[in-house]
Amino acid sequence: MTLFEEVPVTTTDEIPVRRVEMRVNGETRAANIEPRLLLAHLLRNGLQLTGTHTGCDTTNCGACTVLFDGQPVKSCTVFAVQADGHDITTVEGLATASELHPIQEGFKDEHGLQCGFCTPGMMLSAKALLDENPNPTEDDVRWALSGNLCRCTGYQNIVKAVLWAAEKLRHDAPADAPADDGGEA
Amino acid sequence: MFPSRFDYKSPTSLEEAISLLSAHEDAKVLAGGQSLIPMMKLRFAAPAMLVDINNIPGLDQHGAQSDGSYRIGALVRHADLEKSKTLGDHQPTIAAAAPLVADPIVRTRGTFVGSVCHADPQGDWASCMVALDGSIVAQGPNGRRTIAVDEFVAGPFQTVLAADEIAVEAIIPPASGTRKGGYLKLERRVGDFATAGVALSLEMSGSTVAKAGIGLTGVGSATISATEAAAALVGSSLDDATVDAAAEAAAAATSPRSDHRGSADYKRHIVATFVRRLLAQHQPAEAKVA
Amino acid sequence: MALDEIKIGGLGASRKRVEDNRFIRGKGNYVDDVVLPGMLHMEILRSPLAHARIKSIDVSGAWAIPGVRLVLTGEMMAARNLAWMPTLSYDTQAVLATDKVRFQGQEVACVIADDPYVAKDGCEAIVVDYEPLPPIVNPTQAMAPDAPLIRDDKVNQVDNKVFDWEVGDKEGTDRAFAEADVVSEIDMHYPRSHPSPIEACGSIADFDRSTSKLTVYMTTQAPHIIRAAVSLVAEIPEHMIRIIAPDLGGGFGNKVPVYPGYVASILASILTERPVKWIEDKSGNLISTGFGRDVYLKGQVAMRNDGKILGVRMHTESDHGAFFSDAQPSKFKIGLMHSAFACYDIPNAHLTATGVYTNKAPGGVAYRCSFRVTEAMYFQERMIQAAADDLGMDQAEFRRVNLVRDDDFPHRTPFGFLTDSGQYEKCLDIGLEAIGYADFKQEQEEARKRGRLLGIGISTMTEPLGAGNSREYDILGIKMFDSAELRVHMTGKAILRTGAKTQGQGHETTWAQIVAHELGIPADDIVVEEGDTDTAPFGMGTYASRSTPVAGAAVAMVSRKIRAKARKIAAHLLEVSEEDVEWELGRFYVRGAQDRGVSIQECAMAAYSNVPDGMEPGLENNAYYDPPNLTWPFACYIAKVEVDPETGVWDVLKMVAVDDCGVRINPMIVEGQIMGGLTEAYAMANMQFITFDEDGNCIGSNYMDYLLPTAWETPGFELHEVVTPCPHHPIGAKGIGECATVGGPAAFVNAVMDALKHTGVRNIDMPLLPDRVYGALTTGSDISGMPPVKTEA
Repeated sequence: MTLFEEVPVTTTDEIPVRRVEMRVNGETRAANIEPRLLLAHLLRNGLQLTGTHTGCDTTNCGACTVLFDGQPVKSCTVFAVQADGHDITTVEGLATASELHPIQEGFKDEHGLQCGFCTPGMMLSAKALLDENPNPTEDDVRWALSGNLCRCTGYQNIVKAVLWAAEKLRHDAPADAPADDGGEA
Repeated sequence: MFPSRFDYKSPTSLEEAISLLSAHEDAKVLAGGQSLIPMMKLRFAAPAMLVDINNIPGLDQHGAQSDGSYRIGALVRHADLEKSKTLGDHQPTIAAAAPLVADPIVRTRGTFVGSVCHADPQGDWASCMVALDGSIVAQGPNGRRTIAVDEFVAGPFQTVLAADEIAVEAIIPPASGTRKGGYLKLERRVGDFATAGVALSLEMSGSTVAKAGIGLTGVGSATISATEAAAALVGSSLDDATVDAAAEAAAAATSPRSDHRGSADYKRHIVATFVRRLLAQHQPAEAKVA
Repeated sequence: MALDEIKIGGLGASRKRVEDNRFIRGKGNYVDDVVLPGMLHMEILRSPLAHARIKSIDVSGAWAIPGVRLVLTGEMMAARNLAWMPTLSYDTQAVLATDKVRFQGQEVACVIADDPYVAKDGCEAIVVDYEPLPPIVNPTQAMAPDAPLIRDDKVNQVDNKVFDWEVGDKEGTDRAFAEADVVSEIDMHYPRSHPSPIEACGSIADFDRSTSKLTVYMTTQAPHIIRAAVSLVAEIPEHMIRIIAPDLGGGFGNKVPVYPGYVASILASILTERPVKWIEDKSGNLISTGFGRDVYLKGQVAMRNDGKILGVRMHTESDHGAFFSDAQPSKFKIGLMHSAFACYDIPNAHLTATGVYTNKAPGGVAYRCSFRVTEAMYFQERMIQAAADDLGMDQAEFRRVNLVRDDDFPHRTPFGFLTDSGQYEKCLDIGLEAIGYADFKQEQEEARKRGRLLGIGISTMTEPLGAGNSREYDILGIKMFDSAELRVHMTGKAILRTGAKTQGQGHETTWAQIVAHELGIPADDIVVEEGDTDTAPFGMGTYASRSTPVAGAAVAMVSRKIRAKARKIAAHLLEVSEEDVEWELGRFYVRGAQDRGVSIQECAMAAYSNVPDGMEPGLENNAYYDPPNLTWPFACYIAKVEVDPETGVWDVLKMVAVDDCGVRINPMIVEGQIMGGLTEAYAMANMQFITFDEDGNCIGSNYMDYLLPTAWETPGFELHEVVTPCPHHPIGAKGIGECATVGGPAAFVNAVMDALKHTGVRNIDMPLLPDRVYGALTTGSDISGMPPVKTEA
């Protein structure tokens, strides 16, 4: 419950507002939103998850990539209302309280980032790849990341970072269990 | 970039969706949204209402039917096709095109049927549909109708869908013979629009072409069906002379414009080259040696 | 015992980056992540036309929208003397247009509202009545006798010329050409390109009336210059302005100038008395902010038959857009174009340059170019290849004949710079070996017989990085030096601040390594801060590969000042005279008794608890560093490509980079800079360009038309290292950030030209789109200028 909610002075009769509820990084979040609000803006401005960046207007750069029911989507090209009832993972959901995700470790270890702006989107695309294919080739990685633009690194170290993470995930996975870490249950 | 204000409905049945479309002027169907939402962000499109069909069950299936046809529901994403293990056995043209549509992230969201409805002359799927003689099934207040793709697309970014109709699935008719085919696209980088693209469908009876279709991407004001080129192949065994004739006929069917992706002449040349390359994959071994 | 320098993260350690800890968690703090209480949002309405008179602007529709708080127009700016602002090249630029719009995308009005969606609604509701004027989109049109005057706002401007400029020895060069056996000529265009960091520009202006203080969060690579500029433009005292550059999502030169959006957000905050956030969209960034290049060249090389170059002539025509807003040293009108041919021993050279206004976005020096060195080196290396081909000499051998030899330093370059160090031939040899040059000719010929087209392209260059010295280098009269401030706490931990501003280069990691090298304090014990003008010392900012050469040197120098004081404290603690104190990494000891010593940390504690009589307590200092010369890194880039003769598509089979940037502070980060630069080089050679149609419409105003390569197209790179320390830099380092972007493009283009050599084609201007390569291949003709924009079907 809130002690105080500001009511706009101007009339908003014609402005449609919808209540949505979704799981974001495992936590249920609810909000009243205008349908035109993009998912990226709900995450950034409404939920203060500013790790999701917006880089372009035309669904090209992938900086805003999040996982939508486990699949990578460009959150600037999904309306927030469409996420109602769905499961969203952002960069803030990759690490646990005590441990980095191997993809995060890989990006640091292999110098897979410079300015850091594309990094969250890159890592989420990488996660979607490794969830599906624990043993990718360099070409598999380059292909899977080809919806995310990076301006600083030249990609070579990003590719190395993802392969590093794949190796670590395979190593960490119990021998008799499937390599999939089941993160999107 | 921020879209204009609109109202939003998310019906859970086709009937409900259609009645919303009937009741509201300037309402648009939202499926994958990977073309519509960018246009709304740029304010090139500003519908008063979006009818989101993503919550309607039953539209996300694709597969071969008992009659030999292949159906693709309105919510089948490009990635569903790309990752399908069986699609290639039935529909090699579509299987070849799927990884070349947009980029990997857009492919998880964008839909096959939505792309055909967008009717962008640069769209890859419309070319495949043209090559495969496909149809779109539209459902409206008065039931369903099936529209051949060349009639369905009325012009650049225009279809014959009525305002209260929803394209519910695409149908590829059964093949008369063994189905072969492929798709080639020249793009400067992943996610770029095609400089030129060629979709080829062959239905083979032994080593003879029983039926053929060729669809061309990005080389005219609409998707082009290279019917003469396709006709030239029928009855042949893809000998070099036939391949050359088809390639030249396909190039002649184009009306590209020169732009920053390439000159008109170059695009024609690429169409001919890609037709040759696609056909070469299916030439009998003895023809290849020659 | 002295410390192991690599273990403490000193010089030469590939230390993992400190800044990554926040970035990989999504905890970076970029301008758009900053939220201030009561913040409003601004959107900009831009001109759809390239050249038009504004007849009227009706903003009533915007005011009628609930949630709109303010609408700004040029008229309102003019009433406050803010309609125009100075550029970094002594010109003026419109903040919001009053009389005319002069390029497509120019800022016309701003709407400030409760949220950005409503602000955008407001922009859509503004009606502007334009009277179209004929647009000018290239230098030829600009210099035509009857060309319409673009800058009719300037009192003494009678034509569309920005400047005529020349450098070099005309007479000597004329003599060289008269004596030459062979003269090679080539004309080229370096197309307009945009730095396009993934994060566009933005600001949050927060004017507090109660304190009269203006705080601006801003995407700027040069916060201190911005503070001075804002003070001059907005007439706010400099101490009442605080510029904060938080994390930057890339810069590449795009975030050096002052942009109208910044100024408008400041006025909006002053008028509304609330914080105002402006976040530029991608098309706004591509269509209106600083671009790079757009230069035409006429080049000539005079040679003897034995390959010796006697002289070069260059004439450039540069297209600056509607305002001369280049961020470059004020003495040099076409940047450091005259650094061309610096790695070659050439006795005579002459350069003439003309700059023109056009109805295009303003800029020219804003893209990983160290003041147009990118164009200089591209032109140089393309001229070199054409000259070698014209002479019939092997391209590697031709370079070898003309490269400056190791024992020739210091060496005066053809246009008068002084280079000081390098091992050019060694770098070339390593590159040739790595690419397999010895066997290539045969491979190329055999491949050609089978219908395959292979080519190798070489680019060798040294470039001037790290402006100043301050005698020759200033921007708007502000001398180009930098500074660092180091404060060592009593427990031996430290904070370092500089006037530079990292935007991905990793200063937070590498500056600490320099301190670790100088003082033996582990890098992990040093925090680095930049970007806040209230706390950081003055500096010119980070661009032109100048941070390591200048700010990095200041870090070393301030560390040495700290060490000098610590030595006095050590002498006091060790009860010996200062002359008897020796230094090894991390500790002082008594000469002749190495076991009697004190660590730097013990000295730090003593600085706050036990200083000798008469000594000021504490252990902190600052240093201003004015470099005696530029640094001159050398690079040899070699690309091997295959051209598909049926389509003109070319693929990079191998790319080798040999870089000599002197001492490497953090090899991992240096290699990251090189790979990023090579990718941008590949992008420019292949696909990345901005052009305009005859109406002045910008083609390349979004990522659908302006193509940046993805991981899929980008080739892999093989890196090699040569180290020739810089003789004047305190730790022997040279600049590196831009080398690969500067030297890389020519390697790719030369490789494609080499693959096409048998056809007689000498030049295809960038971008080497498949249709241009195919066109050259099939017609045997050169392809010049920009790709066609559009024609009717």
